[in-house]
Amino acid sequence: MLAVQDLAARRGDAGLFAEVDFALVAGDALFVRGPNGSGKTTLLRILAGVTQPVAGEVRWRGQAVGPFAPLLRANALFIGHAPALKDELTAEENLASLASLHGARADGGAVREALGTWALARQRSLPARVLSQGQRRRTSLARLQLVSRPLWLLDEPGTALDDAGAATLASALAAHLTAGGIAVIATHQDMPLSAGVSRWLHLE
Amino acid sequence: MSGATAGDGGVWPGVAWSLRRDLRLALRSKAELGVQLLFYAIVVTLFPLGVGADPTLLKALASGILWVAALLASLLSLPRLFAIDFADGTLEQITLSPYPLPALISGKIAAHWLTSGAPLAVLSPLLALEFGLQGPELGVLALGLLLGTPTLSLLGAVGAALTLGLRAGGGALLALLILPLYVPILIFGAGAVEAIRAGVGAGGELSVLGAALLASVVGAPFAAAVAVRIALD
Repeated sequence: MLAVQDLAARRGDAGLFAEVDFALVAGDALFVRGPNGSGKTTLLRILAGVTQPVAGEVRWRGQAVGPFAPLLRANALFIGHAPALKDELTAEENLASLASLHGARADGGAVREALGTWALARQRSLPARVLSQGQRRRTSLARLQLVSRPLWLLDEPGTALDDAGAATLASALAAHLTAGGIAVIATHQDMPLSAGVSRWLHLE
Repeated sequence: MSGATAGDGGVWPGVAWSLRRDLRLALRSKAELGVQLLFYAIVVTLFPLGVGADPTLLKALASGILWVAALLASLLSLPRLFAIDFADGTLEQITLSPYPLPALISGKIAAHWLTSGAPLAVLSPLLALEFGLQGPELGVLALGLLLGTPTLSLLGAVGAALTLGLRAGGGALLALLILPLYVPILIFGAGAVEAIRAGVGAGGELSVLGAALLASVVGAPFAAAVAVRIALD
């Protein structure tokens, strides 16, 4: 469903990667690895449609999708480095706000349930500014449960997560792949998956 | 899993989302709201103190001072319009939302006006009393500001989006970029009050302000959307 052909990217004058090819079908998880600065984030941003590749194209269900293509925005959920939280809002308000930005109907019950899954039930009325890095990351990831999208693009989702958080992430990912979703994940950590097909892409 | 199809997001839900969120954020930091109004009140009040208490002189200067101060006060909060969302990653999520980006940006601009231009316009007749304006002059001043300040927010948003990637000096460049575009609004806004003082009626000036508002409502959110997307690439 997600196919990438001859993709190349550069940052400034430096070429990051070239001739990246892969095709993913329902239930596939692609783990992107590589040293710092190898272009993992850029690859994800190209797939999300934020950045224009230097060469090559991205196809979703056979249709070429460029930056900010509506088809891509309706089907992909991109969670980048920055958790996209507002310090002034509570964890609950932040999550509800992000979910509704993605067009998901997020009523109070569903939001509280998602916070519970990510072990944030006690922090739900705390402003995001007092949350720890790990808790901020969890709040940001909790929208995976509220926003239903076939394509997940996760940039270092395990950063700052403790063992329990990493386990929650792994089970959310397994459920997503079992349901026929696709995920592309830039990560340094090993993420053992109980479902789906794990594939690897190494960027130099 | 059934994926959502393209074109899911409507225009109005997009406007409503960002309007509601930005107003809520503004209400959480009330101090910033107060600072802008206070800035306006102080700048306006400095003039009678500086140029002396000559009633005819003050009355002649009134509309110009009240309008220039409004331009500066509106400029005060513009650099933050997109910069904070840009820094914390929200702007990226906003551009990837299924809602049309110009709709989301329109909501942000509306929130900016409701927290900057609108309170200034409401406060302005009170400050105009310092200058001896009275009766219909006060009404035309407030009406002109109500019609003109949304245009300031709309044009300002384009400037704020264009200067988004700049780390240092973005605020100063924004002022250089935007203030010349504010000139027509200033001329017709202040001119409306002068016309009423001269007894010729302010209909023409107010119509021009209204026309400028309509043109920028239609154009500015799209221009700002293009600039935001470029800044993120």
